[in-house]
Amino acid sequence: MARILEYTLNGRPRVDAVPDNLLLLDYLREIVGLTGTKTGCDGGECGACTVLLDDEPRLSCLTLAASVAGRRLDTVEGLGRDGRLSAVQRGFHEKLGAQCGYCTPGFVMASAGLLRRNPRPSEEEIKEALGSNICRCTGYVKIIEAVKYAAELAAQGVAP
Amino acid sequence: MNDIAPVHAIGGYVPMVDGPEKVSGRAKYTADVIRPGVLAGRIYRSPYAHAEILEVDVAAAAQLPGVKAIVTGADCDKTFGVLPIARSEHPLARERVRYKGEPVAAVAAIDEATARRAAELIRMKVRELPAYYTAATALAPDAVALHARRPGNVERDVLFELGNVADGFAAADLVREATYNCAEVCQNQMEMHAALAEYDAERERITVHASTQVPYYVHLMLAQILDIDMSRIRVIKPHVGGGFGCRTEALNVELITALLARKAGGSVRTVITREETFITHRGRPETDIRLKIGMRADGRITAVECECDQRGGAHSGYGIVTILYSGSMLYAIYDLHNVKYMGRRVLTNTPPCGAFRGHGTVDVRFAFESLLDQMAGELGLDPFAVRRANLLAAPTFTDNDLMVNSYGLPQCLDRVEEASGWRGRKGKLARGKGLGMACSHYISGASKPVNWTGEPHATVKLKLDFDGSIVLLTGAAEIGQGSSTVLVQTVAEVLGLDMSRIRVVSGDSDVVPKDNGSYSSRVTFMVGNAAIEAAQNLKALLIAAAARKLDAEPGDIECLGEVYRAGAQDKGLSFAEVVTAALAEAGTITVTGNYSTIPESHGGKKYRGAAIGGTMGYSYSAQVVEVSVDEETGVVSVDKVWVAHDCGKALNRLTVEGQVQGSVWMGMGQAMSEEAAYHDGLLVTANMLDYRVPTIFDSPPIEVGIVESNDPHGPFGAKEAGEGSLAAFLPALTNAIADAIGVRFNDLPVTPDRVFAALERRRRARGNAGSIETGRGD
Repeated sequence: MARILEYTLNGRPRVDAVPDNLLLLDYLREIVGLTGTKTGCDGGECGACTVLLDDEPRLSCLTLAASVAGRRLDTVEGLGRDGRLSAVQRGFHEKLGAQCGYCTPGFVMASAGLLRRNPRPSEEEIKEALGSNICRCTGYVKIIEAVKYAAELAAQGVAP
Repeated sequence: MNDIAPVHAIGGYVPMVDGPEKVSGRAKYTADVIRPGVLAGRIYRSPYAHAEILEVDVAAAAQLPGVKAIVTGADCDKTFGVLPIARSEHPLARERVRYKGEPVAAVAAIDEATARRAAELIRMKVRELPAYYTAATALAPDAVALHARRPGNVERDVLFELGNVADGFAAADLVREATYNCAEVCQNQMEMHAALAEYDAERERITVHASTQVPYYVHLMLAQILDIDMSRIRVIKPHVGGGFGCRTEALNVELITALLARKAGGSVRTVITREETFITHRGRPETDIRLKIGMRADGRITAVECECDQRGGAHSGYGIVTILYSGSMLYAIYDLHNVKYMGRRVLTNTPPCGAFRGHGTVDVRFAFESLLDQMAGELGLDPFAVRRANLLAAPTFTDNDLMVNSYGLPQCLDRVEEASGWRGRKGKLARGKGLGMACSHYISGASKPVNWTGEPHATVKLKLDFDGSIVLLTGAAEIGQGSSTVLVQTVAEVLGLDMSRIRVVSGDSDVVPKDNGSYSSRVTFMVGNAAIEAAQNLKALLIAAAARKLDAEPGDIECLGEVYRAGAQDKGLSFAEVVTAALAEAGTITVTGNYSTIPESHGGKKYRGAAIGGTMGYSYSAQVVEVSVDEETGVVSVDKVWVAHDCGKALNRLTVEGQVQGSVWMGMGQAMSEEAAYHDGLLVTANMLDYRVPTIFDSPPIEVGIVESNDPHGPFGAKEAGEGSLAAFLPALTNAIADAIGVRFNDLPVTPDRVFAALERRRRARGNAGSIETGRGD
């Protein structure tokens, strides 16, 4: 069965017909065409598909598309302002929090979610927020630096 | 005009040129290239570990509505493999399956769900054969050969003795022998394998997008498997989500997808699962090592005997090269003589292993540095002193003819000894805490590529046109290591221009020059040198054009990047004016830069395969690891790592640090938690929960010291930075644990249950009597 899905995607209202059993991850990638959200595992192991649902990090591979009806969904493509990178994106770029970049959208969204609810996180709070995201390139050292730097940028007024 | 100066692009902290795409989700990886109407590919895999194929029944699958093509082994009798001397693998098994998960058939259907249902309808009839999941069982005298050409299941044995080992041991004050076991580990790069094959039936041409480290090898193997001319193939490498060696070979995924596309007469996209990606891992083989070292009382090594068995899996892959590296790379780090090496690469009924970061060197280095530490302790020597007693005097050639020019290991040792406070802290930490150290090294590209064609090792092209932008065309595969960034930096540096003038085009065989790819840490050294030559050639053209315009001699022209002038008093020409002058002469400018290794770097001929290990420059690494061991639970925490890496010259300190940290951390995963485990040949750790990659909670601060030994042949003196620091972590960890609790672990990974079991054994033993402890944990 399919149903009509009405919700807000990256700040824009959107309507789609979606099958009941369609995963949010596959919906975003295959139907909407936003491929920034990545598939990294067979379900709930790696965090690469993290999106923000009403500002809260959510694994889109474990979420049905139909369940976001009436809610606010943000993906990595929706960050930034006027085409410029957001504070978190700048942090990951400038501090080399991204190497191969495949896990990066998930880390960026989990970090953006963290900064939305806690603009000045401690290192322990950063680790807690990113504890279910796997990166295979960086050893996480520069990811932690990236998030700290992003918090500084956001405090200076860069869009988080 | 006096403030005009060339811009410097190397030596600083430079974010990656493709970073904005990666952090914004705009970077396209293979699975992100979604064509309208593309068919979904799905692979049917063998449920048997070792069996003769009697029949592959695809009739029911073919009847399913929406199925457009099915291929089996009957569709392709060609073999593939990265080494021309060992191409033993069919993309889809024929006659025999040799591991659980080996591809047997594949389906292309209108969508994923149909393809999956169709694959589930495929059946195979077999006659099962005895299966061997360990090197020891595959080596048994009565074992059935996996491959008829390899009776005894030895893919390759290597034996050399250089010097006289018996004399060397006789000259030693202390001789010790120990055995080590390192579990099989997988690259587990974040991007699962994927391929998109688009077949143009009218023109009989095919375009393949592949998640590969070496598009050139994929191109070669597509031609071989499809049995078509190479000119009919185009290979595109989009962004790649990590490699770590598993994508240095063409994998069955892209070959099968191409076979499906041709049979379907259209486009097929195959994205395999994480479980399948684990099976298609080409990781580091389980390795058993027996190591014997002779040492004088002053720490000088007098002889080494090393026996190494690798469980290679069901096909050769890179195996012959791996087992050769494990022997040859005993050398080139310390001044060794009297060395005997016996290596065996064994064929087993497990997924094929391959080239994993630190290819062939890691497990042997673990054993070597562990035994050095143990012997240092017995002789009452500091572990640093033992390394310093065995340093090379570079430049030199090793006994196995490896050329060592720059050698920053002494500085690496000084750096981490100082940074970690070793002298003041070693032996004085609280109970349960310990410090350990170790060293490692790696090549900056194999001096002889596996496909030796006689062409230059690397070629870079630069295009300059009316707009004044420079397009850098390279086949070097950006896989996250920063190859595109470092090439832009080198060209910008030579021309004195800001990096923003230069754009990279890579990864499309229609456009870019052939490249041997991103493996063996070759790109910065080899492609970097080619980029320097290309930029110098372009600069010469621009200087000549400026000279004509200014009515001066080329030798009098000063290049300041954005300004070219004839002497300090000259107002000079802007870059745009020079470009216009140059184009007026020749039209659009394209220049080439090449790089070839020198014969002295090609390794020797003292034993069969002695060329393996030859490189233009070795990187060096020293590490100190600090641990805390919870003796109640067996949990080991790494509190801090200090690492110093000799990369010759840091062209980009940001990416060097990132590569070194990533290497150390990947070594930590292998040392502490990662293990590919099999049950009756079935990989039971084929997900990221059971295959334990360290999380951000498990991961320590890693303080990187950069040592610059300025290699005479490296681009601006640079050597590799992406692999050499991996291996040292493993022994530095176990040496630190030995320091902390007095138990030495020779088997990896050192999991909490192994630590706990070893501590329990000690508690029981202490209940009886004092004894020397070793931790085998099983």
